Amino acid sequence: MENRKILVAIKRVVDYNVRIRVKPDGSGVVLDGVKLSINPFDAIAIEEALRIKEAGHADEVIVATIGPADCQATLRNALAMGAQRALHVVADAPLEPLATARVLLKLVERESPFLVILGKQAIDDDNNQTGQMLAAVWNRPQATFASKIELADGKAKVTREVDAGLETLEIDLPAVVTTDLRLNEPRFVKLPEIMKAKSKPLVTIPLADVGGAGSARVKITKTEPPAGRQKGIRVKDAGELFAELHKRGLV
Amino acid sequence: MSSVLVIAEHAGGKLNASTAKCVKAAGTLAGAEVVVAVFAPPGSAVAAQAAQLAGVARVLDVQHSANEHALAATLAPQVAAVAAPFSHVFGPSTTFGKDLMPRVAALLDAPQVSDVMAMESARRFRRPIYAGNAITTVEVASEKIVATIRIASFEAAGGGGSAKIEVVTPKAELPSHTRFVGLAAAGGDRPDLQSASKVISGGRALASSDAFKLIYSLADKIGAAVGASRAAVDAGYVPSDMQVGQTGKIIAPELYIAIGISGAIQHLTGIKDARTIVAINKDSEAPIFEVADIGLVGDLFTIVPELEKLIDASKK
Repeated sequence: MENRKILVAIKRVVDYNVRIRVKPDGSGVVLDGVKLSINPFDAIAIEEALRIKEAGHADEVIVATIGPADCQATLRNALAMGAQRALHVVADAPLEPLATARVLLKLVERESPFLVILGKQAIDDDNNQTGQMLAAVWNRPQATFASKIELADGKAKVTREVDAGLETLEIDLPAVVTTDLRLNEPRFVKLPEIMKAKSKPLVTIPLADVGGAGSARVKITKTEPPAGRQKGIRVKDAGELFAELHKRGLV
Repeated sequence: MSSVLVIAEHAGGKLNASTAKCVKAAGTLAGAEVVVAVFAPPGSAVAAQAAQLAGVARVLDVQHSANEHALAATLAPQVAAVAAPFSHVFGPSTTFGKDLMPRVAALLDAPQVSDVMAMESARRFRRPIYAGNAITTVEVASEKIVATIRIASFEAAGGGGSAKIEVVTPKAELPSHTRFVGLAAAGGDRPDLQSASKVISGGRALASSDAFKLIYSLADKIGAAVGASRAAVDAGYVPSDMQVGQTGKIIAPELYIAIGISGAIQHLTGIKDARTIVAINKDSEAPIFEVADIGLVGDLFTIVPELEKLIDASKK
C-alpha cells in the first residue's frame, strides 16, 4: 500500500468573533490583546482529515503551520482534535501566499502525503491563494471550495461549491483540496484530549531549512475602515414602499 | 505602458458578465492595452462576444477540446503560456477566477492581488481584508501582476466594440489528472444569485420553507434572484447555496430586499455593496435597519402580498 498520510496546513488568525478595529494611524488592524484562533476553514480541514482516517482511508494526519513561536498553541489544539503529529515552521513575519506554498511543498516532499487539505482562505487577509499555488508548484490536481470528498481507488471525487451550483470533479491522488464551510462541522475538543496532545510529537523546523521566506512583493501601505452607508428613510406601509421603489426606478 | 490580459469567464457558450467588469477595471489603468483571452472548446463563439466589449483591443481565441469545462489545472498552463507578454493578468473574483488565478500566478512566479476593488496606479491597488471590515492599499513590486477583480466594485464595460480576434494555439502540456464529472445547477430559471441586479432574501421570520413561496412569487414579478440568511439556511427552509453573507455569497445588486432578516454582521458583510437596500421586518430595532436605504416595520406576511399586488397593478 502506498503512503497513507494526510497533511493539513493551518493558520492562526484573529478569532472570527472579534470585531475588527482599524488603527487610527492607518498602519493596520488592532491585534494587541485580541483573541487568536485557528482559521475556521482550517479547522474544517483538520476535521475532514480525521474523518477520512476514521473511515479507514488514511493512517496518519499531520498538521503543519508557519508562524512565530507562540503558534504552537494552535498546533497543540489541532493535536487535541486528533491529529498525530505537528510540524512548526518557525517564521516571525508572515509569508506571502506563493512563498507559503513553496514551504508547504518542501513539507510535502518530506512527508509524501496522498492528500493535502487546507482551508479555502484565511479569514484575516482573505487571499484564497495558497492551496491553488501549492497544487501548481507541486504540479498536482486541485479541488477548491470542497463541500464533499469521497475517496476510492487512488482517486478523489470532490463536490465543489461554485457560483453556478455544485460541481463535481474526479482527481487523481496525490492532490490538494481546499475546504468550504459546509464540508463538515469540526468536533469539540475534550479535556483529556488536550492533556494527551501535550505529549504528541511536535517538530520545529527553521524556515531556512524549507526554502526561506521568499521575496516579499506585495506591501500594505495603508489600512482604513470601510466607507459607511448613508442613513436611509422609513416608510409606513406597502403602498409607500412601492411608491418609493417606483420613484427610484427599481420596480 | 501596461498591457492587461483579461481571462474570460463563460459557460454554455455565453460570456459571463464578470468579464465585462474585468475589462472595465483594466480600462481604468492609464494607457493600458486591454486584451481578452477566451479558452473554449472548438466551435465556440464566445470570442466574438468578447470582441464586442467596449475598450477591448484584441481577443485571443484559444480553442481546445480540453476546454469544454473550466478546470483550473487544465486552463492554468494555457493561460500562463499566453500571458508572457503582458504586465497584468486579470480574472474575476468569482469561484472561476478564485480557483484559476492563483494557479496561474504560481506558474508565472508572480504575486497575486485578490479582490481588487480600485486601482490607484498600475502597481497600487485597494482590496478588502477581514471580510471587508478593513480596506488596504497595497503596492506591488513585480514586473508581472496577477489579480482577481472584485466584480461588485466595477460597472460592466459597454458593448459596441469590434476588437480583432486572433486564433492562438499556446504551447502547453495539459494534464489528464483532473476530470469534470457534473454540475448540479442552482436556482433553475431564476437569475443567478451572484450576478443578479435584483435580489430578494428571506430570513428566519419566514418560519417555514413553504413560506418562502411568498419570496419566490415576489421575486418572479420583478425578475429577482432569491437568497436567504444563514438562519433560514440553518433552519432548513432553503438549501445552503442560497445563503447570502460572509460565509455564503457576497453580492452587490442594484436592489436588495431583506425580508424577515434581522441583519447579523455576517449577513451585512455580504450585502454592504448593494446599491439600494430595502428592509422589511417587524422588529423596529433590528440591525438591518441601520444599513437599509428604505425601511418598513411591519408583518411580512401582509406586506409582501400587498407589495406584489401593487407591482402587478402597475404593469397593467
